Amino acid sequence: MTSRHAASGRTRTDRWLSLNGWFVFAFLYLPILVVIVFSFSGAANVGTWGGFSLRWYRRLAGNEQLLASLENSLWVALYSTIVATVFGTAAALALDRYRRWASRGTFDAILYLPVIIPDVTMAVMLLLWFTQIGLPLGRASIILAHIAFNISFVAIVVRARLAHMDSSMEEAAADLYATRWQTFRRVTLPLIMPGVLGGALLALTLSLDDVVITSFVQGPGSTTLPVHVFGLIRRSVTPEINAVSTLMVTASMILVFSSLAIQRRGEN
Amino acid sequence: MTLTDERKPSEEEAANPELERGAERREAWRGFLHAVPAYAYLIVFFVLPLVIVFVFSFASRGRTGRPLLEDWNVDGWARLTDPLVRTIVGRSLLVAVMNTVFCLVIGYAFAYWIATRRKQSTRTLLLILVLIPFWSNFLVRTYAWRMLLDSDGYITQLGEFTGLWGRTLFTLPAVFLGLLYGYLPFMVLPLYAAIERIDWSLVEAGRDLYASGVKAFLRITLPLSRPGIIAGSILVFVPSLGAYVTPDILGGAKTTLLGNFIVTQFGAARNWPFGSALSGAILIVMLLATILYFRTGGRTV
Repeated sequence: MTSRHAASGRTRTDRWLSLNGWFVFAFLYLPILVVIVFSFSGAANVGTWGGFSLRWYRRLAGNEQLLASLENSLWVALYSTIVATVFGTAAALALDRYRRWASRGTFDAILYLPVIIPDVTMAVMLLLWFTQIGLPLGRASIILAHIAFNISFVAIVVRARLAHMDSSMEEAAADLYATRWQTFRRVTLPLIMPGVLGGALLALTLSLDDVVITSFVQGPGSTTLPVHVFGLIRRSVTPEINAVSTLMVTASMILVFSSLAIQRRGEN
Repeated sequence: MTLTDERKPSEEEAANPELERGAERREAWRGFLHAVPAYAYLIVFFVLPLVIVFVFSFASRGRTGRPLLEDWNVDGWARLTDPLVRTIVGRSLLVAVMNTVFCLVIGYAFAYWIATRRKQSTRTLLLILVLIPFWSNFLVRTYAWRMLLDSDGYITQLGEFTGLWGRTLFTLPAVFLGLLYGYLPFMVLPLYAAIERIDWSLVEAGRDLYASGVKAFLRITLPLSRPGIIAGSILVFVPSLGAYVTPDILGGAKTTLLGNFIVTQFGAARNWPFGSALSGAILIVMLLATILYFRTGGRTV
C-alpha cells in the first residue's frame, strides 16, 4: 500500500487533483441542495426565500393525482423488483458458477445490452412490441417493461458479489453430502444475500426513477410518479415540484444507505 | 470465452472418461437451467422487441398515421440523409462525443484522486459521496438545472452580475451542462473500479527507471485503466446519443436531439416507420459498442 502514494503526496499535481475533486463534488451537490432548500421556502416564487414553511409539502399531501401516481409507482416497483431479483440472481449464478454451457456468451451479451441502451430506444422497442402482440397498455405493461431492464442490473450486482467469493464453502457442503438445494439454501444464498439485496434496492431505485420507458408503455390511469412530475416540470417550475423532488431524493438516499449498510454487514 | 477459463480435468480425475463427460454434461445443463428464466424473459421482452424495430422501420404509413406491415420500403432509412435529419443526427453525435470526452477527462482526474487517497476509509467515504448522486433521481437532478439556469436562477444571476452570460436555459450549452451533470457519475464508477485495482508498484518501478511522472502515467497508469475507460465511455456515449429527458427539459426548439426527434415521430408526427428507423440507427451504434466492449475485454465486473 505504501506505493499507492508515490502518486499522491504533497505534489503540485495532487493539489490540482484535490481542487478538481472538491469542485466536482460541489458541481454534483449544489444544484440538488438548492432544490431542497427552496422546497422549504414559503414564497410562491421559486428562487426567492420566503421564510421557512412546510406549505408545499402540505399541499402535496392533498394532491390526489400525485398520490395516485405514487401508488402506481410503488406497485410497479414492488412487482418488477421481485421478479427481476429472482431472475437476475439465477442469471448471475448461471454465468459465474457454471462456466461451460451452450450460448453462455450470447446470454452474457444480451444481459449487458439493457444497461447501455438509451431509454428512448428501449421505450420505442417495447411500445412497438406490446402493440404488435396486442397487450393492452397499463400497469401490467409497465411492470413487464421494468422487469426487462431491471434483470440486468440485479445480475451485475449479484455477479460482482459472486466474483469476490470462492466456491470452497459450497464444495465443502457438497462433500458433506448436502443436496444441491440444501447447499444453495444454507450456504450460497446466505453468502450472496448482500449482493441480492443490493441488486433488489438498485432495481427498486431504477423502477422508481424511470420516466421515458414508462411514459411510452403506460395506459390511461396508470401514470407513475416520475412521469407525472415530468409532465409538471415541462409546464413550469413550481415550489411544489421542489417539495416532491426533495422527497424523491430523500427516498433515493435512504435506498443508497440501506444498500451500503447491507453490503458492509456482508463483508464483516 | 466459454471454454478457455475452464480448468482441464487432470489425469486422475478423468479416470473414467465416460462418467466424467456425463457429469460435465449435467453441469452444463444445470448452468443453462439457471439462466432460463432471465434468458427467456429477455428474448421475449428485449430481443424480439429489438428485432421488431427493424421490421417496423421498413413498414409503411397508413392514412391515419397507423403503421402498416405491408408495402415494405426504405423511406424511413432514406430520410436519414435529409438535411434536417442530418443536422439533428450530427448535433446528437457531437453532443454525445463531447459529453463523453468531458466526462472522461473530468471523471478520470476525479476517480484518480479518490483512488489515490491514502486511507481506505477516506476512499470509501468519497466513493459513497459519488454513489448518492448516481442513485438519485435523474429527473430531479435535471430539474435542478432548470431552476438554476432560468431567468431568475442563480447561475443566470451570476452571469448577469459578472456580465459573462445571460439566460442559458433552452440553449445547447444548457443541454450540454445537464448531460455532463447527469452522466458524470456513470463515468466515475467504472474508472474508479479500474484505477483502484492498479498495482502501484509498477508505476513506482517505472519512476525508478527514470520515467518522468507524465511518461509513467501515459505508459503505465493509463493503459492499466483501459477497461474502466472503455466501460465508462460506452456507459456515457450510448445513452447520451439517445438522451431525451435532458434536452426536453433544458433545451429548446433549436436544440432538438435524436431522442426528442424520435419521441416526436411516435407522438405528434405519427410516423412510426421513420421513428423506428431512427431508433434502429441508435441500436446499430449500441450493438457496435457492445462488440467493442466484449472484444477488448472491457469487462470490469
